[in-house]
Parts: sequence; structure tokens; C-alpha cells
Amino acid sequence: MPVYSDKVMDHFMHPRNVGEIENADGVGEVGNPVCGDMMTFYIKVKDDRLEDIKFKTFGCGAAIAVSSMVSEMAMGKTIDEALKITPQLVADELEGLPKQKFHCSNLGAQALHKAIEDYQSRKENGKKVKRGGKK
Amino acid sequence: MRNVYLDNASTTPLLPEVRDIMLPYLDKLYGNPSCMHEWGDAAREGIENARTKVADLIGADAEDIIFTASGTESNNFAIKGLALAQQSKGKHIIVSAIEHFSVLNSARTLEKWGFELTVVPVDKYGRVNPDDIRKSIRPDTVLVSIIHASSEVGTIEPIQEIARITRERKIVFHTDAVATAGTIPVNVTDLGVDALSLAGNQFYGPKGSGALWVRKGVRIIPLLDGGVQEGGRRAGTENVPAIVGFGKAAELAKSDMESRNAKLTVLRDRLLKEIPGKIERIIVTGHPTQRLPGHASFCVEFIEGEAMIMLLSSQGVAVTSGSACTSRALKASHVLIAMGLTHAVAQGSLLMSLGVDNTADDVDYVIETLPPIVDRLRQMSPLYAKYLKKKTKGV
Repeated sequence: MPVYSDKVMDHFMHPRNVGEIENADGVGEVGNPVCGDMMTFYIKVKDDRLEDIKFKTFGCGAAIAVSSMVSEMAMGKTIDEALKITPQLVADELEGLPKQKFHCSNLGAQALHKAIEDYQSRKENGKKVKRGGKK
Repeated sequence: MRNVYLDNASTTPLLPEVRDIMLPYLDKLYGNPSCMHEWGDAAREGIENARTKVADLIGADAEDIIFTASGTESNNFAIKGLALAQQSKGKHIIVSAIEHFSVLNSARTLEKWGFELTVVPVDKYGRVNPDDIRKSIRPDTVLVSIIHASSEVGTIEPIQEIARITRERKIVFHTDAVATAGTIPVNVTDLGVDALSLAGNQFYGPKGSGALWVRKGVRIIPLLDGGVQEGGRRAGTENVPAIVGFGKAAELAKSDMESRNAKLTVLRDRLLKEIPGKIERIIVTGHPTQRLPGHASFCVEFIEGEAMIMLLSSQGVAVTSGSACTSRALKASHVLIAMGLTHAVAQGSLLMSLGVDNTADDVDYVIETLPPIVDRLRQMSPLYAKYLKKKTKGV
């Protein structure tokens, strides 16, 4: 078992924001079970802010802690602010991740960004549909 | 909180009798066994007594036992030393897909040195088919090495049947018996092998104690050159306390084997039966009956092993896993993959190995502790969510 920081252990033992959001405004999924880690993020957006975030993660202790930390870091932030969360910032907030685990477990920010992209593309499509409807 | 150590496949605790016999050799009996004085004599006597006991454990002659520093060293010595000794006859070796890394990687090193390697597959229980060995043998095959039992899945291999084939073809046959010697009956004559590795820390002896038995008349090239310790086959001042402890552990393993296993088998069978009774979508890995007495291994679907280990550890339970996340190389267990399990399923590997200190209460505790941990991780798992959706749709 790798040596994890107290912060990683805290988020692993007591993960924040676990779950799914029904009718989420955006969903992002990264990783696959073959490489060992898989994360799904769900977001609810109101007035350009992340009003709610939930996640589900298949993976090791670090992967679960990363997901929890990302959800906490992004909660209540604007879309632009959330897009500035990087794997390095997540690792820093967690007081470090074991070197060999940095890449495989640190997919949380990517999953969140994918959920935001999903939200943005839905919004785009929604506009198109509306415009189409007026014609 | 209760503390339950279920990781005896990694290493066992030291028995008090073993520790007691070692202590004088860490104190007043510090002589170098190669020396011709009273101090040397005392140390030498300790080693030779131990050699007889280790030989007795596996039905061998004491003079054919070479002490090493670990099971890994014994395996390196066997694979490289036996192959190199016969390279004038041929340069082809055969191992199975579920060997310990000390065998597999030694064989890979031989490949770099110009040998050719055939890796035979295993079935879904992790068993080697002796026919696959027969088919893999070539005129230039000089060494076959098959593990006696994998400590990862506990499956016991058909060593005797393989030995009949190698004997017929006059090919040297080594078995890695690190997981079996001292645990189940191991007799070199009955098995029909030519070389066998064992290690004391697998049966309540000290770490740093290993041995390689090599049948008389079979040539082996030393890995360590130097003095004439161990009949010139393994140079270096002997680890006298460890060897003495190894001998005592071997003596106790032989005398107590039956009673130990009677108890371990009952506890193991409870784990193998009751855990799958409480958790859905869990696979018992390894052979259902041909397996090590204290060994219960599983793959829990939709979750990952390291997370399970950490949560079990927070409840005082020590187990291990072959998941990619728990390995330093971050690779899924080659043993589980060789048995045909997918990478995703292998991620949920969980290995429990019982020892003489475990009780029925320990087993009760683990059977009670594991299901809520699995449930907790599954509630977080996107794979489990997908499975549940499919299941509801299906109904």
C-alpha cells in the first residue's frame, strides 16, 4: 500500500459529493477499467456557476481522493474558474500524491472538464434547436 | 479494535520456539562457521543441524541442501545456474505463465543471454496441463520450471505428472515450492523433481532464510563466487541465526503439519463459502479443491483491490491484492490475466491467507467486516451503477 498524505486518507475515508445527479446539465467520463481507474462527474450549472457536483469512481485510494478533492475545489466556482483546475493543483491540495500514481489516479480534473464541455455543447445544441424552432 | 492478520502468503510471524533457538546465535554464538575454533564449531554445528531438519522436511539428503538468503535467490540460482550448467546441450527452457517473478524474470534474463523461452499457459483454475509441457519440449530443451503452487491463487500444480514427462526426456525439472514446502507434504522423491526452492519465512521461520535442493549428480553453476561455503555452490558467510531458525521452523512444520492444516482448511473453507454467500458478483480464484490449506482468493467485481485493502486495514484486517494499483509496476497480476480474467475483474483481486494464529473469531470478524466495505466502494463505482441499470432493465 502506498504512503498517502493525511489529506488523501481523509478524502478517501470520507469522500465528499459521491453520487449521481439526475438530469445533470453535464456528464464527463474518463479512464477505463482496463487501465484501472474510471471516473464519472455530474454537474448542475446555474448562472454560469457549478451549483452541484457529484462523482462516481472505480479505482484505488488515490483515485477516490482525487475525485472528492476536485468536487470540493470546483463547487460553487464559475465555469472559467473550474476550467483552471489542473491535476497539479489537485495534487497540491491533497498534499501530494505518490509519484507513480500521479498520472493514473489523477483524472478528476479531466473528468470535470469533460462534464463542463458536455454542458457547453448541450447549451450550443439547445440554442440551435431553439433557433431552428423559430424558423 | 480487533487485529486480524490474513497475509501469511506474504510472510508468516516467527514462532516463539523459532525465535528462542535463534537468540543465542545473535548473542554469544557469533562465530564464523568456516573457522576452525570453538566459536566456528558452534556456529557450524547450528547450521548442520538445521540442514538435517530442512532436508527431513522435504525427504532429501542433508548434503543436497544449499542455504540461500531467500526464495527469490533460490529461484534465481535454480533457473540461471541449472540452465547455464547445461548450455552445451541446448538453450531452450520452459516455464509456466503463473511463475513467481523470481522465476519468470530469471528466465527473461536467460533470454537476453541467448536462451529461448517457452511460457506454457494455464486453465481458468490456474492449472498447467502436463500435455502442454510435453508439446513444448524440443531436442534442445534443458530445463523445465513449474511452480508447485501459486501463492496468488493457491492452486496446486500437477508436478508429479510433469516430472514423469521430464524424466522420460531426461530434462532437468525444477519446482518453486516456496508456497508449499512447510505447508503441505513435499517430498522430492515423490514429486520426482531435480531441484526445489523453499523459504523459511513462509512457515513461521525468519526472513532471509531460503534453500535450494539439487538432486545429486545434477550440475549447477554458482551465482555467488567466493569461498567454499555450502560445498562451493554458494559463497558468503552464512546467516547463522536465520539458518538455525529455518531448521527449527522446518522441524515444527513437519511435526505439526497435519494438525495445522486440519484447522486451516476448516477456516479457509468458511471464507470460500461464506464470503460469496454474502456478496454478489464475486469470483473465487484458483482451484476449488486443489489449493493451499490456508488460502482463499477472490475477485470482487466493480471495485478495486487497493481501496478494499485500505478500508479493511482501517478495520484492523491485513490482506493483499493482485490489482494493478497495488503493484509497484501498476500492472494487473500476470497470474490472474493468465487465468483468463479481464483486467477490470482482476482489479478487484483480494487474497486472504490464514496462519496458525488465526481463529474462528477472526474469520467471523472478516466475514462480517468485508461486505459493508464492498458495498461502500460499490456505491461509489460507476461500473456498479451501470451493472445495476442493466440488471433492472433486464428484469
